[in-house]
Amino acid sequence: MAALAAVLATTHHPFYLKATTAPPEQQMPQAMEWKRKVEAYRETLTRAKPDILVMVGADHFHQFFLDNYPTFLIGKAARYDATFYNEEREFGIPKYVLQGHEELSNFMHQGLLDRGFDFAFSHELKLDHSIICPIITTRPQADLPVVPIYTNIFVPPLPSPKRFWDLGRAIREIIDAYPSDQRIAAVGSGHLSLELGGPRQFQEHGPDPEFDRKAIDWLASGNIEAILENVTLESLGSHGNATHGFMDLILMMGIAGPQKASHVDHLDLFHTMEAYITWYPEGAAA
Amino acid sequence: MSKYYVNKFLFTVDRDPELLRRYKEDPRSLVLTWEQSIGPRLNDAETSTVNFLTDREREVLINHDYVALFEMGAHFFLCLTIFIALYDDEYTKKHGPLSFQREYAAKLKHWWGRDYPTIAL
Repeated sequence: MAALAAVLATTHHPFYLKATTAPPEQQMPQAMEWKRKVEAYRETLTRAKPDILVMVGADHFHQFFLDNYPTFLIGKAARYDATFYNEEREFGIPKYVLQGHEELSNFMHQGLLDRGFDFAFSHELKLDHSIICPIITTRPQADLPVVPIYTNIFVPPLPSPKRFWDLGRAIREIIDAYPSDQRIAAVGSGHLSLELGGPRQFQEHGPDPEFDRKAIDWLASGNIEAILENVTLESLGSHGNATHGFMDLILMMGIAGPQKASHVDHLDLFHTMEAYITWYPEGAAA
Repeated sequence: MSKYYVNKFLFTVDRDPELLRRYKEDPRSLVLTWEQSIGPRLNDAETSTVNFLTDREREVLINHDYVALFEMGAHFFLCLTIFIALYDDEYTKKHGPLSFQREYAAKLKHWWGRDYPTIAL
């Protein structure tokens, strides 16, 4: 059976690459601290020696729109283009082509159906920054085959926080059951408190640093009970209108299970707080 | 009220550099063109007949009025992205980085602490 080598839950700040590669005189004061933290985080994935990445993100109206927006979707292609024109324009993110892993995509899709998650699927999926930002931060050589999974954290009605946790648990079972000797890592991105296009956007800190600290503690300790007691779709909106992206971090903790994280780091930036969490599942060599 | 169609306008213009240029240079002309030939388009052979902008929505889009769009419940990501594309460069040159984004927030400050208009359709 396949080994789940590591689970990473990260925020995806689209300006990381721009901020850390600008000429030094144009860099924000935290640029080098940010780079150090990201490189330390990257090492937590490198050390796990993964062969395949299961990547979790959310399409920000790049390929999908309101005429046909999937709640949960899996990519099943042999290759994936990434980065749309408007992401290059706004964030300065380059284009990529990632290899897919059709066999694991098929096994995952069937496993999800068998467990009550009736996924939409795509054989021609262009990935957006929710998946490419974590590639840039955790695997910049972009050399591993990926199985992309998209969730709807973006346009109501949204699934509940509990559903994201349960989906993570199902993905874990499927990875554990995958008949292969390859090492699989799961890397997913979301947000802490975040406001976009509203009155609390682009402040000196994120819209709700107190929530952010609690959220990081819950993830660090694997405390799903506290999350499910405290986090609702309504409460997430109260921390910032785009805070529902936290549910993808709950999903990642679902893949790891209710256990303490091995690596926990954060960085308080303008506009948002960054969080970098890695779990090594019980028994995984790391 | 056709929130879907307002969002479709923002979505289709933001992802096309030529439409974006025209929306900046001559918003009235672009909005009218969009209603005639771009908004109804489903694919090369098919058009939709079921959506339309109200007079108010048309004026709001022509005026680049992101406060009104927020208040109508247009999607926050589509609004922010397209208006950054239209204004960020010139604001940054004149007033420094993030000055447009901060002005955008300031113009919405009367919503601080209140329930925002829903983006649900």
